[in-house]
Amino acid sequence: MKRKTLSYLLRVDPVRCDGFGHCAELAPELITLDEWGYPILSGETFARSHVELVQSARLAVRGCPRAALSLQSLSSSESN
Amino acid sequence: MTTKFRVLDGAHDTPADLAQHEAHFGPIRGLHLEPAELKASGLTGRGGAGVATALKVDFLRQQKRAVGYVVVNAMEGEPAAHKDRTLISKNPHLILDGAMVLANMLGADDVVVCVAREHTSAVATMKAAIAERGRRRLQGPAFELMTPPGRYVAGEESALVHWLDDGEALPQYRSTRPSVLRIGRRGVLVDNAETHANVALIARHGSDWFRSVGTSRQPGTLITTVSGHGRTTVVEVPYGTPIRDVLHAASVPFDPVAVLLGGYGGTWLAGHHLDRGCDNESLQGVGANIGAGVIVAVAPQGCGVAETARIVEYMARESARQCGPCAFGLPALAADLELLRRGHDGASALARLEERCGTIEGRGACRHPDGVIRLIRSALRTFADDVVRHAGGQPCPHAATSAVVRIPHRSHPETLEWA
Ligand code: SF4
Ligand code: SF4
Repeated sequence: MKRKTLSYLLRVDPVRCDGFGHCAELAPELITLDEWGYPILSGETFARSHVELVQSARLAVRGCPRAALSLQSLSSSESN
Repeated sequence: MTTKFRVLDGAHDTPADLAQHEAHFGPIRGLHLEPAELKASGLTGRGGAGVATALKVDFLRQQKRAVGYVVVNAMEGEPAAHKDRTLISKNPHLILDGAMVLANMLGADDVVVCVAREHTSAVATMKAAIAERGRRRLQGPAFELMTPPGRYVAGEESALVHWLDDGEALPQYRSTRPSVLRIGRRGVLVDNAETHANVALIARHGSDWFRSVGTSRQPGTLITTVSGHGRTTVVEVPYGTPIRDVLHAASVPFDPVAVLLGGYGGTWLAGHHLDRGCDNESLQGVGANIGAGVIVAVAPQGCGVAETARIVEYMARESARQCGPCAFGLPALAADLELLRRGHDGASALARLEERCGTIEGRGACRHPDGVIRLIRSALRTFADDVVRHAGGQPCPHAATSAVVRIPHRSHPETLEWA
């Protein structure tokens, strides 16, 4: 078996998100908060080789109390 | 201008019954359309987004699980639009023919026709038309009429399907697009009522006939709803007809300083661009879009800043309040537009507006906030000179009284009705 994931994209489901902003503490490199406390994601994909970013993204996904965050795996053809 | 009616054609003043319908448009029995012919027709959706209908159909045909429902979206939540109701009041069976053709193409057993419950006359007409077909025992899908609450976002396709599936007219978050909307486990095709009516004509006359009017990218006709002149006039015109000619056909008696195009989440077009055609390709260069055919003409005594403030206040109220950036962001935008309208601290309001448009954009589950932002940005562009005066504390003399765009009453003040 060969792992195909080359990069990741962090997404937030705005309907689930409660805006308490826990994620911005867990992954400050990827998430900032707007003036009302809701997360702003960079919307940029990051490479699997960028280990710290992947780590923080996973922390945020796991730490989100509303399960609003998801880490989408992109294969080479999808990442742009 | 020669207006060539197609979907609004017919000599009758009341909704055509089945006999009148078949006498005018031809028999229903044997109506059939191949996917390739639909594709060749180049039909684009009439609900606002303008996506090729064949693209949506093909996407669903590629899915493993079959499509169960074809939905006719005649919700018409856009306050300045009246075309779906006009179409229903004229040719309800043409819409149903098209839905039947698409259901047969996709192998769907059910057609669900959605009309906002507040539009009582359209509800009654559709009910009668569906009952008439039932008595004829026509082959094909079963028809059902549903009447969701008529709020602005209730007609957004994911909200509509959510309501059909689970009784809540709230948009659904979709992490990827295109995505398959479902009722239960079965896939759903949602198309605007006017789109369905055009499918019925393509099935009868073929794609070459269909393409004989309109533009190459948007063939056929578009039903426009023109207002701003004290009336609401519905005219069907070929795509690409100069906006000026559409206004003329609707008997708008003045030279507008600007027109609102597409809807309340649409774009402003300055008066000196009215020779542009009413199709997305012609309007692209000036950042506008024809959307669902709404055209609101603003007379010289109107104020574009004030009109935008009024619309955004309404759109903020109509947020489904599910998503933070929309629930908090839209009222903030509305408040700053109100300051700009009055010329109170307009410069800082303007700075905040521009900044917040950037942070809010793209962060809702549906495109409701994006439409508002598109409108605000186009207002700042189109009315740039006025905006400078407002920001400098010198609003135009009409800013306090301008009331061109029709804003629905606060019908659901606190108790939001989504069921
Ligand atoms: S932790 Fe989750 S719920 Fe909280 S703000 Fe972040 S995404 Fe939203
Ligand atoms: S973006 Fe606004 S209107 Fe759309 S689902 Fe979210 S809160 Fe509702």
